[in-house]
Amino acid sequence: MTATTTRVSTTPLAARRPFWESPLGQAARELARNRAAMAGLGILVFWILVAFTVSFIVPFDPLKTDVSNRLSPPSASHWFGTDDLGRDVFKRVLFGSRYSIPAGFLTVLAALLIGCIVGAVAGYAGGWIDNALMRVADMVLAFPSIVLAMAIAAALGPGLKNALIAIVVVLWPEYARLMRGQVLAVKAHEYVTAAEALGARRSRLLIRHILPNTQAPIVVKATLDVGAAIVLTAGLSFIGLGAVPPDPEWGAMIREGQRRFSQWWMATFPGLAIFSVVMALNFLGDGLRDALDPRRRGRWA
Amino acid sequence: MLLQFVAKRILLSIPLLIGITLVTFVVSHLVPADPLTAVLPERAWNNPETVQMYRERWGLDRPLHEQYLIYLRNLLHGDLGESYTTRRPVGTDLRLFFPATIELAAAAMLYAVTVGIALGVVSAVWSNRLADHLARLIALVGVSLPVFWLGLLALQVFYAKLGLLPGPGRIDTRLVAPPTRTGFYTIDSLLAGQFDVFLNTLHHLILPGIVLGSYAMGIIARMTRSSLLEVLSLDYIRTARAKGLAEQRVVIGHALRNALIPTVTVVGLTFGSLLAGAVLTETIFSWPGIGRYAVDAATKLDLPAILGVTLLIAVVYVIVNLITDILYGILDPRIRVG
Repeated sequence: MTATTTRVSTTPLAARRPFWESPLGQAARELARNRAAMAGLGILVFWILVAFTVSFIVPFDPLKTDVSNRLSPPSASHWFGTDDLGRDVFKRVLFGSRYSIPAGFLTVLAALLIGCIVGAVAGYAGGWIDNALMRVADMVLAFPSIVLAMAIAAALGPGLKNALIAIVVVLWPEYARLMRGQVLAVKAHEYVTAAEALGARRSRLLIRHILPNTQAPIVVKATLDVGAAIVLTAGLSFIGLGAVPPDPEWGAMIREGQRRFSQWWMATFPGLAIFSVVMALNFLGDGLRDALDPRRRGRWA
Repeated sequence: MLLQFVAKRILLSIPLLIGITLVTFVVSHLVPADPLTAVLPERAWNNPETVQMYRERWGLDRPLHEQYLIYLRNLLHGDLGESYTTRRPVGTDLRLFFPATIELAAAAMLYAVTVGIALGVVSAVWSNRLADHLARLIALVGVSLPVFWLGLLALQVFYAKLGLLPGPGRIDTRLVAPPTRTGFYTIDSLLAGQFDVFLNTLHHLILPGIVLGSYAMGIIARMTRSSLLEVLSLDYIRTARAKGLAEQRVVIGHALRNALIPTVTVVGLTFGSLLAGAVLTETIFSWPGIGRYAVDAATKLDLPAILGVTLLIAVVYVIVNLITDILYGILDPRIRVG
């Protein structure tokens, strides 16, 4: 019995081919040729590096005030100027990546895990389980995300942690839907029927055979969603439901900048940081979509 | 056939509407402490009679499923609770603030549709050339810009620095709002014959409209481009070209008409994002709509007000999607069969 399932699960053809000729390798080459996607990847890697290393490299306390230096415009000593408490905006923007970057990735990762589990179970189980799970997903999807996230964050109380929970709640259903559709499509394929006929266990079928064939659209969606999650986090902080002001979170910084309207640099630079990350992720996501789906190459949207 | 299709779609959206109320009900019970702490102002807390009255009104001492039925019954009577920041019924507040939001969203939609489709056509017709690359970049920038930041920048540049466009608000402070009939300043001012107010209202709509519409513009441009490219490669277009039609007539007269069908769906879907985006845009532009109302409520943790806005936006979102669905079925008869 065990011997049979092992033979079914290995794919001898793919194993013998060198990586660059495998479908994944081809996609990677396609992606590497896409200049916009590579630029996006570069910017993203830059921000990830900054987020992880800035507190070791830059000797700066983002909360420490220097009132003698308050509200000075951008200059050689303060590239992005200083805020109303004399803190250097450039360094605060760098430190802000420690909130926004992990927030974007973690919320999407959590939503992806929850959504994929729900979607896989629904698609594979079918029947009333499928129905019940998908109706819950529909209910959440009936709301525009920022609005529902705002309501949840307000109900849970302000704070970055609650904002992130709210974002996960509004993001998971689309993964559940995608995953369910994928599972249904793959389930109909002959190799799954074959494995089932050979007596493979259901959980094993799902993990070894169905899941690996469902990745492409989900990877693309997740890439684009990290950007969306970063904007959502910043948006919630901007309306006062996310990170709380002394923290150098980008949305919270823009909120402070809005109150100092004539000190344009206070809001402009944190926003530019958000924009650069989101733009990078969109470039990368578009490139991934083209690379992973050969039929779409050269098209767009 | 068509009637059957429409009836089926309407019936299908009813469980969704019920689902929406379930979600808002659950959210209203997320509050860690007694829901009354979020709903009642502090002053009322000290009066046990008031507390008891509210408890009974919302059935807070009953089991959860009964509470939900009471919540539904109140909703059906238009009772969304009372905002403790404005001290008015939330339903009254929403009626007061909603027209401003619709007016802004309509302006944004107008911008998004015209510019989005134009960009998409330019992109598809000159695909993979400079114009295409530029149009695609503009569309992607539109999709990537955080709307609240774009709003601040736009005000800083076009209002504060250049003085080209008016600042926050629906009309200049020197003017008096037109007498309220519909709540839409554009219509009310015309009805009252105040042409200067009408023009001023339009002026005030430009900047927030463009800011709010930029995301939808990007989405519509991307959709138009890809569907127009697909249509342009079809046989009937080759025939049209072969019989010597001018390229302009091929693109506008033949291809675009069919290419716009998927765009209709996207326009419907982005209308939801416009209402949602209005939450942030209105805050920047001090626009007295439901978005700003919700944000004001959020900072004061005024839950009934937030949930009222959430419910209203979701219901409008479902209805807009329903209309889009039906429109799509009318435009493309193949859908009705499915």
